[in-house]
Formats: sequence, C-alpha cells, structure tokens
Amino acid sequence: MSSESAGTPDGRAGGTAVSDDHEDEPPLRVENLRKEFGGITAVDGASFSVATESLTGLIGPNGAGKSTTFNCITGIHEPTAGAVYLNGTDIAGLAPNVVADRGLVRTFQIARELAEMTVLENLMLAPQRQQGESLYRSVLPTFRDGVIAEETELREAVWESLEFFEIDHLAEEQAGTLSGGQRKLLEMARALMTDPDILLLDEPFAGVNPTLETKLLDRINQLRAEEGLTFLLVEHDMDIIMEHCDPVIVMHQGQVLAEGPSEAIRNNERVVDAYFGEQQ
Amino acid sequence: MEPYARGRRLLRDQPGLVVVSAVALLLVGDLVAKLLGGGLTPARFGGFVWDGLVIGLLIGLAGIGLSLTYSILGFANFAHGDYISWGAFSGWAVAYLLAGIDRYAAGGLLLIGAGDGPAPGDVGVSITNTPLSIVAGLVVAVGFTVGVSLLVDRLVYRPIRSADGITLLIASIGVAFALRYLIVFFFYSGRQGVTDISRVPSYDIGGVVINAHELTIVVVALALMVGVHLLLQRSKLGKAMRAMADNRDLAQVTGIPVEGVIRTTWILGGGLAGAAGYLVVLTQGTIAYDLGWLLLLLIFAAVIMGGIGSVYGAIVGGLVIGLASRLSLIWLTGDLSSFAEPVAFGLMIFVLLFRPEGIFGGVSTA
Amino acid sequence: MSADSSPTDRLPTDRLDGFRDLLERSDAALVLTAMAAFYLLFLSIGAILNYDFAGLISILGQVTFFTAVYALVVLALNLQWGYAGLFNIGIAGFMAVGVYTMAMLTAPPTGSPPGLGLPVAVGVVGGMLAAAFVGILTALPALRLRADYLAIVTVAISEIIRLTYNSPAFSTFTLPGGIALGTGGANGIGNFPSNPVRAIYYADPSSAASETTPIGTAIFGFFETVFGVVRSAVIVDLTYGVVLAVVVFLVYILLARVGNSPFGRVLKAIREDEIVAKSLGKDTNRFKIKTFMLGCALMGLAGVLWQGFGTGAVYPQAFRPELTFYIFIAVIIGGAGSNTGSVLGGAVFANLLFLMPQYLPNIIEQTFAIRADPNNFIAAVAPIAAGEITPLLGYVLNQRLPALRFVFVGILLVYLMQNRPEGLLGHRTETAAAVDLSEGHTPGGTARSDPTAPDESGGVDDE
Repeated sequence: MSSESAGTPDGRAGGTAVSDDHEDEPPLRVENLRKEFGGITAVDGASFSVATESLTGLIGPNGAGKSTTFNCITGIHEPTAGAVYLNGTDIAGLAPNVVADRGLVRTFQIARELAEMTVLENLMLAPQRQQGESLYRSVLPTFRDGVIAEETELREAVWESLEFFEIDHLAEEQAGTLSGGQRKLLEMARALMTDPDILLLDEPFAGVNPTLETKLLDRINQLRAEEGLTFLLVEHDMDIIMEHCDPVIVMHQGQVLAEGPSEAIRNNERVVDAYFGEQQ
Repeated sequence: MEPYARGRRLLRDQPGLVVVSAVALLLVGDLVAKLLGGGLTPARFGGFVWDGLVIGLLIGLAGIGLSLTYSILGFANFAHGDYISWGAFSGWAVAYLLAGIDRYAAGGLLLIGAGDGPAPGDVGVSITNTPLSIVAGLVVAVGFTVGVSLLVDRLVYRPIRSADGITLLIASIGVAFALRYLIVFFFYSGRQGVTDISRVPSYDIGGVVINAHELTIVVVALALMVGVHLLLQRSKLGKAMRAMADNRDLAQVTGIPVEGVIRTTWILGGGLAGAAGYLVVLTQGTIAYDLGWLLLLLIFAAVIMGGIGSVYGAIVGGLVIGLASRLSLIWLTGDLSSFAEPVAFGLMIFVLLFRPEGIFGGVSTA
Repeated sequence: MSADSSPTDRLPTDRLDGFRDLLERSDAALVLTAMAAFYLLFLSIGAILNYDFAGLISILGQVTFFTAVYALVVLALNLQWGYAGLFNIGIAGFMAVGVYTMAMLTAPPTGSPPGLGLPVAVGVVGGMLAAAFVGILTALPALRLRADYLAIVTVAISEIIRLTYNSPAFSTFTLPGGIALGTGGANGIGNFPSNPVRAIYYADPSSAASETTPIGTAIFGFFETVFGVVRSAVIVDLTYGVVLAVVVFLVYILLARVGNSPFGRVLKAIREDEIVAKSLGKDTNRFKIKTFMLGCALMGLAGVLWQGFGTGAVYPQAFRPELTFYIFIAVIIGGAGSNTGSVLGGAVFANLLFLMPQYLPNIIEQTFAIRADPNNFIAAVAPIAAGEITPLLGYVLNQRLPALRFVFVGILLVYLMQNRPEGLLGHRTETAAAVDLSEGHTPGGTARSDPTAPDESGGVDDE
C-alpha cells in the first residue's frame, strides 16, 4: 500500500514488498457498480480497476454509462449498489469534495468552466487547501500576509500552466467567452492544478488541434512517470486510445464488455459489434 | 434484533416521516383525551374544523394557480398575492356598485367606501340581501384578474420567457410592488369593512355556528375545483399542460402550442386567484390592499406541501395549512394563539427540509 | 483625435473623458462623486423649500444617515447573494434579531420591558452574535435547498421572527432563574439606549436636559453664532451620520478583503456552479454557512444602528418583508457581486427612491401652489373631462405619492430584469484574488497561434 493512501489495511500479511503492493491494490477499483434512475439502469454491474500510474482508456458507444460511472466514482451520484475503492477504501456515496480532497479529480465531458470568472480566477480556484480559503486568514492583518504570499506563488504556477496549455493570451477573459476547445483546455488545466493523484478525463481533447494534443499526451505521460499520477481517459478518438492507452476498458449498456491491451480490444468481436457504425 | 434493525433503518432513512408520525399520534391522542375529558367541547372542535376548512379551501383555490405557474412557467410568482388582492377589489367594487346604486352615487361605491363613501352597514351587501350583486362581483373578480394576468404576462414575462427562475422571480417581485401600490393609489391604504354582518344569516349545527357567507364560499370553491379537475383530466389542454410541466423543450418539439398553454395557465391561475380574493373578503368582511400578500406565504406553504405542479396537491396542501392554523388553537391558548401562523410556516419549512417534493411528489422544475 | 485639431477644441471633451475614465477606474471617486451629487440635490431641495441653516444641516444629516444604513445592509446582502448566491429575503428578520437582542441585553431590569442592564457595547456585540446564531439555525438545514426554496424559507423565518416579537406571549417573560426580559409585544421597545454619539456632546447622554461637554459647548456655540443654528439636535444627527459613514467604510474594507481572496473565489464559484466547486475539493457547505453567518451578523448590526440608534423604531411593524424588498431592490440596482455597486445601489435607493419622494409633495405644493385636495380617485379624475388636471395632481399629493413611488420601483425592477439584469454596476469585475493576477505577466506575451484551430495536418476544428 502506498504511503500516501489513507485506506484501511487490507489484512495482508506484513512484510510484502512495495512493488507487490502496487500490484495488489490499484488506486481505483470499481466493483459491481450499479446506478438506477427511476426506471432506467444506467450502470448495470460494472467492475474494473485502474492500475497505478497507468493511462487507462475507457471507451464505449454513447449511452454505455461512462459518464454515469464517472459521476458515481466522484460522488455526484450515489450508486444504487456496488463499491468504489480508492486506494482500498470504499468511497461510494461520499460527497464530491471529500473524494476530490483525497486526490481523485475529474473533468467534465461538457466543459463546466465558471463562465463569469476570468480564466485566471478559474485556475487560481483549483489548488486544494489554500490558506486563504479560511475566512479569518483572509481578513485579519498578519494572516492576510501569508495568504498574499501563497497567492503570489499560485499566480506564477497558474501562468506557467496557461502558457503550457497555450491559452495564456486569454488569461483575463471571462471563461464564458472562450471557444469550445479552449474551454476544454481550461477544464484540464484546472483539474491538473488541483495536484491530484488520480485524474479522470472525460473527452478532454474534443476541439483541440493535434499538435497541442500530442503535447498534452506527452505531458500526461511525463506526469505518470515523474509524479506517479494515474489517468483514466474517456475518449471517442480511437487513434488516441489505441496508441496511448493500456489497458482499455470497454463499456456497453452499463456493463464492462471487455478489458485488456488495445490490440486485443481492437480485434475483439463483441467490441466491434457494439460499435458497429460508430467507428471513426 | 430484526424489528429493532428495521426501526433503526427507518429512523435513519426517513427521519421526517418518523417525527411527523410521532407528533401526529401525540396530538391525536391529546385531542381525543380533551374531547372525552371535557377540556374541549365537540362544538368548539367543530368550529375550528369548519374555520380551517373554509380558509383551507380558499388557500387551496389560490394555490392551484400558484402551483401551475410554478411548474409550467418555471418560477415562483411572488405577485400571485396581488392578483388575489386585485380580484378582491375589482369584484367588490362592482358588488358594492350594484348593491347601492339605487341609493348612493356611483363614485363612492366603486371605490368601496374610499374617501367619504358610504359605510358597509348602509350599503347592506350580503348574500341573502343582495345575492345578484355578490354573484356579479364574483364574475367580475375572475374576469378582471384574468385580464391583469394576461396583460402582465404579455408585458413582463413574455419578453424574458427564456430567463432563469430567479430572474423571473425578481421580476414578479416588481410586478407585486406595482400591482399592490396601484391598489393603494386608486383606493386606499387602510382596512375597510365591506359586508354587512348583521344581514348575514347563520345556522347552528350541533353547536357549530356556520354563516351563509362561509357556506357560499365552500360551495363556490368546491365547484371551481371540480371544474378545474374536469378541465385538466378530460381535455387535450389538460394533457398539454401536464406535458409542458414535465419538460417544456420536449413539449415544444412535439408540437404542443407552448404560448397557448402558457396563456391558459394564466387564465386559470389568474381567474382562480381572483375568485379566491373575492371570496376571502366575503368571509373576512373587510378588505385591504395587502390581503393577498398576507396570504401569500401560507399559499406557498400549501403549494410546497402538496407538491409543486400538482393541482390536487395544492388543494390538499391548502386544507392541511388551513386546518393546521385553526386546529393548533386547541393547544395554543391565550397569548400563544398568536403563534398559529408561525405553526403553519414551521410546517412548511419542515416539509421543505424532509420532503421537498411535497406530499404528491409534484413535478420538479429545473 | 487627430493631431491637427486645435488644442482648445480638444480640452473640454478630454477632461470629460478623463473624468469618466477616473470614475471607471476608481471606486472611491465614483462613490464620492455620487454623494456630492446627492448632497447638492438635497441642498437645492432645502433651498427651494426655504429651509433655514439648521434645516439644511438636518437634510444633509438625513442623506448621510439613510445612505449609510442602506449601504450597510446592501453590503451584507451582497456578500450572501452577490458572492455566494444565497437568496436570502429574510433580511428584516435578522435585523430585528440584532436590535431586539441588543435592547433586551441593555434595558434596565426595572425598565418596561425589563432587560439585563448590560453595557451598550456588550449589547451591540450580543445583537450581532444573536443574529449570526439565528443565521446558522436557518442555514444548517436550509442551505441545501435550491435558490427559490431558500428564498421562501427565509421569508417564512423572517415572519416567524416578527410574529414572535409581536406576540403578547413574550411581551414580558421570565427565564428560569428569575431573569425578566421582554419584547414589548406589538408596542415594541420604547426605552432603547440613547445614541452613543450624544456622549461627544452631552455630559449625560441619556438625559434630554443634560449639560453639554466642552466639545459640545464649543461646536454648538460655533454653529449658533456663525450660522444661527439653535437646534443642536441636527448637529448630533449629522455627527451620527458621519460616524455611520465610517462604519460603512470599515465594513466595506472587511468585505473587500473577504471577496478579494481565495475565500471569495470559492464563493463566486459556488454561486456559478456548486458542483464544480465541490469537484475541486471545496467543502461548499462550510463556506455557505460562514458567509451566511457573517452576513446575518452585519444585518444585526445594521438593525442596531438603523432602527435602534437611528430612527428609534424597535417595534415589529418596522420589520415587515417590505423592508427586505427595499434592500433587495437596492442590490439589484447597484449590481449583485460588486461591493462598490452595493454602496452605490444603497445610495441611489436611499436618496432617489426613499428620501426624495418624501420632499416632493412639499416642493410641488410650494412651486405650483397645488393643495392636496380630493381624497378619492374618482373626484380627482372626473374633472379631466372638463380639462382640469389640478384635482388629479392634488389627489396625487394627498398621500398617494408614496404609493406611486413603489409602483415606479416595481416597474423599475421589471425593467432591470428585462434589460439590465446585471444592474448599474454589475459589469464591474472585482477579481476574487488577494493579489493582482496579471502583475508581471502579459496575456499572449509569447506570440502563438490559436491552440484550438486546425493546423496543416487537418485536425479537429473547435466549435
């Protein structure tokens, strides 16, 4: 078990090597997840795990239940049944802010930028546990100095991020005036600024040009290698999935249809059937 | 252990229900004890029930319009109380006029005693004394308020049809102010007696005193409610309204005439509000520019309890609020009687916290 | 502007543009200009009505007082609604809790109604704490409701508060332990402590016939000899107005700090999209509760300063929902989300919609020699057929002007929602950060192409 996890011990005998632990308890594991909305079952007993430091792909036709699964994992919906294990602890039903505070952050399929705040404000919002989020610290004289210091640091990090994502020229614009693709970039930049351990990306490259896309994927891989981040990526662009993701999980009609390396998935008959007519 | 486990789970999952049931049981028990022990005479109890019924039906009547507006137009109409007030003033102006035209000048009558107009005792308006003027007044109350609602919709809400609920709510506050103070401008700001109590016959049924005006109200209110029920259940219009309440965009796409349904909503809601306002004065005997506004919070309580969008919910909610505010007087005696209204509000807050969708589930708006 | 137009042509427009620029950039300039304009307006009104110098000072005092108290409450509501999106229309109730608690804490035990006899300062703090406490009682269950439900609940609670204070049951009551307290029921509390400002001028502030302090003697003497002002009360009132202006300034600074900080950022995010705020790890409930409590405490303070020390109106009728809606309208006029807008909205409402209409009947009567005559509408309108509109004007003056004022306010509200929902100053952005976010950086400093545009290899277009 990694030293940063807050999970309960899983009862294994002590003395196991660290590398074995990575194998044993994935950072994210979904077990028999089920979500019903009135008469509709959006997720119907899905189980999968996301290996540590991986870039796992999650694909499936529209209506397969991918976004609902994300919502169940991140606490926006409470699952009807099943469990979601974050570093071994069941987080199903916990509030979204608790989940995010434990290092699991997601982006939204339809970008939810804070339209009336500037791009800068959107990003400055993201880092967790800022000193200034405490009321008295923001207001009282000596404490405010500390807040100002932290704000200055954050500001530099934010500008770096904006420059990396190539949207720094929009820094002072209201986020609502950005184009669709730019909002997606803002969404991802903001998620990264939370300094997460696990990042769930919901179609983050929609509307982004291929050069920048490559740059972002390089960055993702760098973060995996250097910072130990884990990524779960929902995408419709099959090129990205096949080229970069390992493993790939396929969902269909609320269940996990297949899970494995991209080659195996590509050649899986059932997967092709499910996608009939939808492949690009 | 089984029964305890179930009980514990019920307490955790539905605390509101448990509390309500417990309190209700306690109150019913105490009520029965009082009735049997003589602390409360059946006559007095019957009186409370009757009062609660009358005011409850009126609140329910007014609530139907508020509930429909909320679900079909998507906002809480804070001007609804002032439609009620205008119904009262427009209807009673005409009722007064017809009742007293043979003896007094039209001007003083139309303004319902404003300035130096005649006193209620002199005009002598009552259901048995001047039945035609009362009926005419009711008709005018309904018609006038319908006109006002449509006009306000055309001028205020139609230009911002796609705005969010809060913007529309704030606009309705503006409408409320304008309408309320136009009454003050045309009429007056004080409270004015209207009906002639001495000429209203009353009947004693087992010790419970019922007067003819209250009887009229119950009859008219029930008739109107039945009418609304038939309209909504039997007609295509009713179906269209329910579709729109569910999902306006979908309804538009499937060819439902959105503006037509909206128009009908205002006609229905405004008309019922006007009738309710007119009838409230019939039972209270006095009229004032803020009579609708004072009732509005109770009407909101009724609508929320019944479930927004549900016509029957509004009626049931109205009855619950009406009965609660009157029956609570059994326990709130003396100085505490001033807490009858707070009890009704407290009930609403309680419902909002534990079952925001209300008793009948209602239709949720975005 | 072309270089070859003559200098004299350019200067006047230059100055006007320069001034307009200043107003755009500097909040202080904007507020001071507005106040200057209002002072001028009311001095003119006073002049038209032939007020003596004391009367002019009195008017100035009123302008300052009402601007300050409205600004104070509007700032508090702006924190809750403009920043955090909490739709609180129970303001009157929280103001009542503030001033009533203060009264009950400071009234002498032998008074009518009785109180705890504590010092005034304790009473003020106690009032604010009580309002904050009622705020948290409201907030804990109600904050998870959507905005319009929260609105209805806050109105209901405001009415419950008012009806409780109005109830004869609590007119006087005894707590366990023998402590007697009272709300005064429908009559309210008549013996509210005297205004502390009086202590500057009078040796015994609570007595009407007290001797003056040295400062008092000096200042009163000055005004009497130089300006012929005998009514010293107007000077005390003006002083109180100035003190309130200072209070407003301090509260403004406080709220500016709250807003321009990470805390304020989270509030804005909550208002816009609470799910996003939560998804980024923010415990939105705690933020909402803190904001609600702080706002309610400020409303309690406003109640003490306004109805308590100001107008002396500590009775239930003064705290009906109408009061809440006036504040509300002021917030909307000024633009929700802007602290400066709140002050300006309060000033505009207080002066143009509240005070000025009170003087209008006298001005009209004086200038046009119309008496407030017919007392009903029909008698006012009938003569129009014969070409006479004087009766109608007379009718309007006869106590109907306040009503028309509110009709106008209602129409104004509708107009704003239709055309300018962001209010007068809503477009002013007050960036929620403790430092200048653009300092040391220029947007687009490195020239680059649009990252979302397709490049030569033909990528995916952005929408």
